[in-house]
Amino acid sequence: MTTSSATVAPERAPRRRRGGSAHGKARHWGPGLLLLSPSLVLLAVFVYGLIGWTMKLSVSDQHNALPSQGFVGLKNFTALFTDDINDRFVHSLKNLLIFTVVFMVGALVMGVLWALLLERGIPGEGVFRAIYLFPMAVSFVASGVVWRWLMNSGTGDQAGGLNRIFADLHLGFLENPWWTDPHWGMAAMAVPAIWQLAGYVMALFLAGFRGIPAELREAAQMDGATTYRLYRHVLFPQLTPTALSVLIILGHMSMKMFDLIMSVSGAQWITEVPAVYVWQTLLTSDYAKAAAISIVLLLLVAIVIVPYLIYNNRVERRS
Amino acid sequence: MTSTSIATPPATVPGRVTGPRHSVNRRSPAGRVVTYVLLLLFLVIVLMPAYVLVVTSFKSGREIGVTGQWTLPTHWTFASWDKAWTALAPSFTRTFELAIPVALISSFLGCANGFVLSRWRFPGADLVFTLILFGMFIPYQAVMIPLRQIVQTIGLPPGIPTLIFVHCVYGIPICTLIFRNYFATTVPVEIIEASRVDGAGLLRTFAWVILPIAVPGFVVTIIWQFTSAWNDYLFAIFLSNTSNGPITIALNALAGAQSPDYAASMAGALIASLPTLLVYIVLGRWFIGGLMAGSVKS
Repeated sequence: MTTSSATVAPERAPRRRRGGSAHGKARHWGPGLLLLSPSLVLLAVFVYGLIGWTMKLSVSDQHNALPSQGFVGLKNFTALFTDDINDRFVHSLKNLLIFTVVFMVGALVMGVLWALLLERGIPGEGVFRAIYLFPMAVSFVASGVVWRWLMNSGTGDQAGGLNRIFADLHLGFLENPWWTDPHWGMAAMAVPAIWQLAGYVMALFLAGFRGIPAELREAAQMDGATTYRLYRHVLFPQLTPTALSVLIILGHMSMKMFDLIMSVSGAQWITEVPAVYVWQTLLTSDYAKAAAISIVLLLLVAIVIVPYLIYNNRVERRS
Repeated sequence: MTSTSIATPPATVPGRVTGPRHSVNRRSPAGRVVTYVLLLLFLVIVLMPAYVLVVTSFKSGREIGVTGQWTLPTHWTFASWDKAWTALAPSFTRTFELAIPVALISSFLGCANGFVLSRWRFPGADLVFTLILFGMFIPYQAVMIPLRQIVQTIGLPPGIPTLIFVHCVYGIPICTLIFRNYFATTVPVEIIEASRVDGAGLLRTFAWVILPIAVPGFVVTIIWQFTSAWNDYLFAIFLSNTSNGPITIALNALAGAQSPDYAASMAGALIASLPTLLVYIVLGRWFIGGLMAGSVKS
């Protein structure tokens, strides 16, 4: 699809001169910037601008709908850690930590296991892959409906859902109160999340395995490497970048987890995480406090994401 | 796949996950049996929630007791589907009105950005790209409080129009990423060079050369954005309500009552999942393409 009407090309449109050789360069990349500009403006305003706005709220004393905009410094932040009723914020961070650890380990172990089972290629692979991955297509809200039912906290005669299965299989000792347990309930909350994302981890690792040149395997086997040594010393080291991506993706998803918790337990003290706490705080119109929690959440995510983006940028430039 | 330092495949080459690339290292017969037994076991576990959803949705409200929870219905009935559909139908339509424009608009923006950032680069393009990508990872709570105000201030009608706008804006990063990877890996520089020699400007090149060859990228981003908008709950709960919001809000209202009707809730969950599941089943390869892009690598 070519055009020969060179003279009416948009590049020839008159443009403010930038002088000297810069003019030539600007002519070259100017139109690109123009095409990019709507998105850049939107993101500048709605990502960076609004984050700035939230930051400003987080250092203000706007604790109700009235427009009192006094500056209070970091008071809202220190209050979260030292002056929150029942240490609510610290409690939500603890919940988040338990959830994150169980979710990441669980999804990683399941995903890698599935990838290992499938990576050498077996008949019916496509079916297994498609079914392991299907939960990714479902919303957390929809899967929350069924997981709330599965994780019925009743035991004994009242056992329902998974506890019922355990009872019927004479595995009564496995019956447990799931997410309603006051100490480890968040570990149960991670189960649906693992169910939903293990297939994704599998897909990423399968792609990783299949990106490894076949010659590497062949060479290792020529050298008489056992299967264990092949994986341990040849294949797994090749998958380090995949593992890094997976950890970052799971980690940042975990820290933002909101839909699933709202759907399984609703907003409750026992399963509260910072993302839910923001919502609960907004319902009381305490904007400054909600903003402060949001900013802590943003910082948590940024600590993980920003180095990753920088690293990624470097790797790309090198290759 | 030549590079070993970059693990994940480019986003928009569907099917890279499929098929082994080697025939060495086969398992022993016993190993095969163990493999299949494990695979089937996990298959059962993964499908268990789906079984519960389907079976329960065909029971009547009365049949939902503690006993017989896992058995097939004694009387198959559509009553719960009826009830769920009545509760969800208006929001079901609204969610299409939300997800389709979102998919199209953000894909178009992503295509333009991806093209510029991969093939019409300018000084600082990498930095700009990184700044764009950051928008994909933020917890949206960090923008939500002022966002609620600003959409009112600029006069967006509440409900679906607001959500369309918001999903388009926050969908820009992922669409840009997918298209940038797509152009960087699958569109030869020569095509663009050729049109430049021709004297075609950027916009002309974009419209006549790039858009037509970007179709596979569009399939991936459209599916991705459709699915995200359809399944979104966070923006929906902050920016809409049961009377003007999408299906996730309506479903949560149906299922989240104090003593929920489990049969109707499960039928509702199935109704709410059908469109995205259908997309997954019919266009699975491209769906996976979008998932792969989530890992940033190009």
